[in-house]
Amino acid sequence: MALTDQEVVRIARLARLHLTEAQQAQAKTDLNKILGIIQTLQAVDTTGVEPLAHPLSAVTEVSLRLREDQVTEISSVEHRAALMANAPGSAQGLFLVPKVIE
Amino acid sequence: MSNTLLQFNSLAQLGQALSARKLSATELAQDCLKQIQKQAALNAFVDVDAELTLAQARAADAALAAGTAGPLTGIPIAHKDLFVTQGWRSTAGSNMLKNYISPFDATVVRKLREAGCVSLGKLNCDEFAMGSGNEHSAFGPARNPWDLSAVPGGSSGASAAAVAAKLVMATTGTDTGGSVRQPAALCGVSGIKPTYGAVSRYGMIAYGSSLDQAGPLAANAADLVELLDTMSGFDPRDATSAEQCHGVANAPGRIRGAYQSANTHYAAQGAKPLKGLRIGVPREYFGDGLNNEVAQAVEAAIAQFEALGATRVDISLPRTQLSIPAYYVIAPAEASSNLSRYDGVRYGHRSESYTDLADMTARSRAEGFGPEVQRRILIGTYVLSHGYYDAYYLQAQRLRRMIADDFQAALTTQCDVIMGPVTPTVAAPIGHSQDDPTADWLADVYTLGLNLAGLPGMSIPCGFGRGAAGLQLPVGLQIIGNYFDEGRLLAIAHQYQQTTDWHQRIAGQA
Repeated sequence: MALTDQEVVRIARLARLHLTEAQQAQAKTDLNKILGIIQTLQAVDTTGVEPLAHPLSAVTEVSLRLREDQVTEISSVEHRAALMANAPGSAQGLFLVPKVIE
Repeated sequence: MSNTLLQFNSLAQLGQALSARKLSATELAQDCLKQIQKQAALNAFVDVDAELTLAQARAADAALAAGTAGPLTGIPIAHKDLFVTQGWRSTAGSNMLKNYISPFDATVVRKLREAGCVSLGKLNCDEFAMGSGNEHSAFGPARNPWDLSAVPGGSSGASAAAVAAKLVMATTGTDTGGSVRQPAALCGVSGIKPTYGAVSRYGMIAYGSSLDQAGPLAANAADLVELLDTMSGFDPRDATSAEQCHGVANAPGRIRGAYQSANTHYAAQGAKPLKGLRIGVPREYFGDGLNNEVAQAVEAAIAQFEALGATRVDISLPRTQLSIPAYYVIAPAEASSNLSRYDGVRYGHRSESYTDLADMTARSRAEGFGPEVQRRILIGTYVLSHGYYDAYYLQAQRLRRMIADDFQAALTTQCDVIMGPVTPTVAAPIGHSQDDPTADWLADVYTLGLNLAGLPGMSIPCGFGRGAAGLQLPVGLQIIGNYFDEGRLLAIAHQYQQTTDWHQRIAGQA
């Protein structure tokens, strides 16, 4: 089953990728080619097989840790400034974005 | 000026020269910086900062003078630009992070720095580690030192090229579907991907988090021991970092100890050091599509292991082909989730023209990500979307368990290690897959299964085959072990390298 133009538009919207019309057409061709490869897995009978998310849980009991609910990072204006130094727009310790509410 | 590193075959040899003060870490670092410039055609480095490098070299010299040096003090290394570094830029080979400066060092980077390694900078790679030829990089392709018109492999392409060209003694790489082993094979160097959870992923820019592992690349297996031992260990900052490895603490000394005890055992067996070792050879790794010369080199290597006393066992990994669809569902799904963090708000590229917040994010991402990354985000978004999740994502996860079970069946009842090719061919010419984005994917067939199962595996040089330009290009042998068996894998590879010299061939001097 091949993807339609509408489906490509929907996927691109979900992925938050702005595609031009030419890019959409290319994406449709590419994605259909990829689907051709990955669809082969649907022919496999996996009845009764548990999905494997963490590779080591194939052989051992894996429980993902939760850390203690403690402050571990330095709390200072300087540290905040260092962490925000890569922001495309910031002021007074806040990330700047276009106006959301008129 | 000649390359000083050409005088040294191993880390141990270089370490001795440094401790004997025959050369200083600073002189060596200066020489490496010159070599990087001289061999700029490789496009191996994406960020070099002489000041930062020389500061680390001076610290190494101080430790050497004070007698506080360790085995890695003063050793010139470089990091794949998927590890974040304080000081050097951290780009992941992407325009999205072109100017990103990390406020912290990745755990792997910190550990190697604390061990005294001198970093020469950051290495080119496929964008966000997505690719098999280092061609999908915002900084242009890196090149193979054996043939500048050929790819060095990927995604840790420049990590392998830099070792092969002797720009540094060792490098870091990451392996999500073969990205350490495959470039190591194509550039004729040694590289290892450890068991999932052995090395911290903290500060390693995420691609497929249930598959990603960091590993070192160097000229030979013995060199990898100290590097991997230093890099590995439990890290509370990585939620999937292993605390225990079969009852042994995941801490420095684990891999070195296992390596040494395996070698002691082999040495006691005399002329047949590997007597008793059962090598499983999966018949699915030798089917259609495997180049003749690659097959011959791999067969010759297995025969050499038999000469060292090992026994060859025919095995089957029946779902080898299915690792391709399973991987190309799971890895893009995890990528689409991981890369959702690049929103043009907190860091990374922001588009200059947009209408509102949603448009800003969508345009920033479309401008910042290259075509291969966008393809994988789109396919990952699709397989995770409502109505397709069960058919693709869960089905792939079920298949993943079956693939892991196949490896376990072989490694617990039939054999101790598995050997086979890493790649179906030698390095392809740059640009060969331009018209078909999926052409390279199918060539990952021998490496993907390992990541799906989380097993350790390595690649070591085992011969040569003719490339498209007529030059002799390296072939790699893959050695796969059971969980946390890195030390023994390295010892087995070391036994082979004691009796062969493929790992000593130098690009341009074969």
